Amino acid sequence: MTPLSYAIAHSLPEIILAVGALGLLMLGAFRAGKGDWIISEAAIVVLGLALLSMFFQLGDKAIIWDGAFVDDAFARFMKALAIGGALVSLLLSREFMARNGIDQFEFPVLVLLATLGMSMLISAQSLIALYLGLELMSLALYVIAAFHRDNGRASEAGLKYFVLGSLSSGMLLYGASLLYGFAGTVSFTGIAQALQGSPSLGVIFGLVFVLAGLSFKMSIVPFHMWTPDVYEGAPTPVTAFFATAAKVAAVAVTVRIIITAFPGLQHEWRQIVVFVAILSMALGSFAAIGQTNIKRLMAYSSIGHMGFALVGLAAGTEQGVAGVMIYMAIYVLMTLGTFAAILSMRVGDRYVEDIADLAGLSRTNGLMAFVIAMMMFSLAGIPPLAGFFAKWYVFLAAINGNLYGLAVIGMLASVVAAFYYLRIVKIMYFDESARPFERANVEVTAVMAVMGLFVVIFSFFPGPAVVQAAAAAAKSLF
Amino acid sequence: MSVAAAFFYLFSGVMIASAFMVIAARNPVHSVLFLILAFVNASGLFILLGAEFLAMILIVVYVGAVAVLFLFVVMMLDVDFAELKQGFLQYLPVGALIGLIVALELVLVVGGFAPSQAALGAPRSPAPADVSNTMAIGLVLYTKHVYFFQAAGLILLTAMIGAIVLTLRHRPDIKRQDISEQNARTRDEAVEIRKVPSRTGV
Repeated sequence: MTPLSYAIAHSLPEIILAVGALGLLMLGAFRAGKGDWIISEAAIVVLGLALLSMFFQLGDKAIIWDGAFVDDAFARFMKALAIGGALVSLLLSREFMARNGIDQFEFPVLVLLATLGMSMLISAQSLIALYLGLELMSLALYVIAAFHRDNGRASEAGLKYFVLGSLSSGMLLYGASLLYGFAGTVSFTGIAQALQGSPSLGVIFGLVFVLAGLSFKMSIVPFHMWTPDVYEGAPTPVTAFFATAAKVAAVAVTVRIIITAFPGLQHEWRQIVVFVAILSMALGSFAAIGQTNIKRLMAYSSIGHMGFALVGLAAGTEQGVAGVMIYMAIYVLMTLGTFAAILSMRVGDRYVEDIADLAGLSRTNGLMAFVIAMMMFSLAGIPPLAGFFAKWYVFLAAINGNLYGLAVIGMLASVVAAFYYLRIVKIMYFDESARPFERANVEVTAVMAVMGLFVVIFSFFPGPAVVQAAAAAAKSLF
Repeated sequence: MSVAAAFFYLFSGVMIASAFMVIAARNPVHSVLFLILAFVNASGLFILLGAEFLAMILIVVYVGAVAVLFLFVVMMLDVDFAELKQGFLQYLPVGALIGLIVALELVLVVGGFAPSQAALGAPRSPAPADVSNTMAIGLVLYTKHVYFFQAAGLILLTAMIGAIVLTLRHRPDIKRQDISEQNARTRDEAVEIRKVPSRTGV
């Protein structure tokens, strides 16, 4: 195989996404004014093709595009999650966008471009590739957060995300420039080679700034302030996209840079990761208690979940990385199911978002109440649902890595968090009935049912396969 | 002190001073002009480094296009920047404190600057001896760094789509030019010959 066809074969999902986005942009521009669903359908097909193309990518690690891009099992696992999250979010978006009058063709195109950025981010093997992927993802996300531009809250969400996101990009760039200055190279493996021996203060400084920039994208405490406002203000399918695909990409690149570029600095980065993991778990558990809006509640819940995922990373072992991957896979399933349920909360022509609107749901729509209850039990981490296994693997890795304190704090935080998840179940099953919801459309119901099923039977299917794939994929990082 | 060092301090000093004036100037137009001064000095620094292509690009793109565009925007938008800066003094103490702490930390870092030996020996793009600076960039930009080049292009495209999506409004009540309709007009449709009786008008 020639070098070019080798490179193209190993970056096939990215090429499909890029060509697809450009093609759909042209198609949309020439069909201007016809507000229809065909561009979204085509975008779903493109995402599906990108997902499929990864099954043909075999073989070990391939570093291509002059050391900027790596295709390994870890990247494929995380890309499958990110692209899958994007696909389902787009599937969920149809009725919501149409009812709010924002079903423009640019939306699926921007989702494709954001997914392309995520995919490039997950495969980044140098600081420049990391930054370019991050910016491509973020720019598209800023725009789709404000996509409902006549809505004050959506514009506020977009603007807030943009201003704070630019700040975090600045911090990341500054840290990257310090790392380059001290290591003399932008490649992750090169940095790891250059930083053997005792690290200088400047390297630690750079590490802190890079992690701060990435923490912002993961919405880790203390860089989480934007999350509740943006999640609440953005259109709900966009929030689902933020909470799944964007988080997967940010977590993946954090794991990759920490494991491949800073193996010699384990003592230093572990302090930071343990610190922010504890803060995120605590804030995610306590701050969500007083929320009345379910999208805000999900924002705090996602902050907490990112903290739990970082517990696995803090271990810094192969088992820990596999734990993070399993956690993210289960987190994506649960979050997509929950957002499908939120998108089914429609009274008349209006989408409602208050937790109080769920009151007495078990009597008006028993199936939906059951699925939401399963999601909440799973998010709380109650066995034998999927969420329990997610926490099990990260805590197991932390304990094997002798991080007993972190594991104990994590378990306590998940007990506190269980309170507000169970409160939703209580409101649905034991409170007086509110107005019943309209029937959701078929895609939303299907996503809700499928995710609900996965969450319930996770320990039989697809659990073992996911665990096996994650364990194999984690090996490729070390 | 050599001439190069003298010019380095001249360019850097003027650049830092003008960068400060960008945020300190009361009149936004002056801010933009100081920004242009900062860009010009930065390009001077690039010339000192022997990167004349980057220096010229900085002038052409940033001064010629971006800063002038800023200038137009600032002059056309009727934003009362003095009013926007009202809260500036209120937050100054906290901001100054944080800035001071970061600056102190930076001094510590820069003081301990010692790149590792491995870093100094790391391979990098060598400066080719027989070609010019501009040509050297051209040789690697579309070959070695094609991935970065394409990614940057996609980022710019995304920014463009975003700007259009968030600001373009199709107004149904304004007149638009339809070139095909204009071209398809015949003499019969466009010209009407009327016999005007005297003293009555059309």
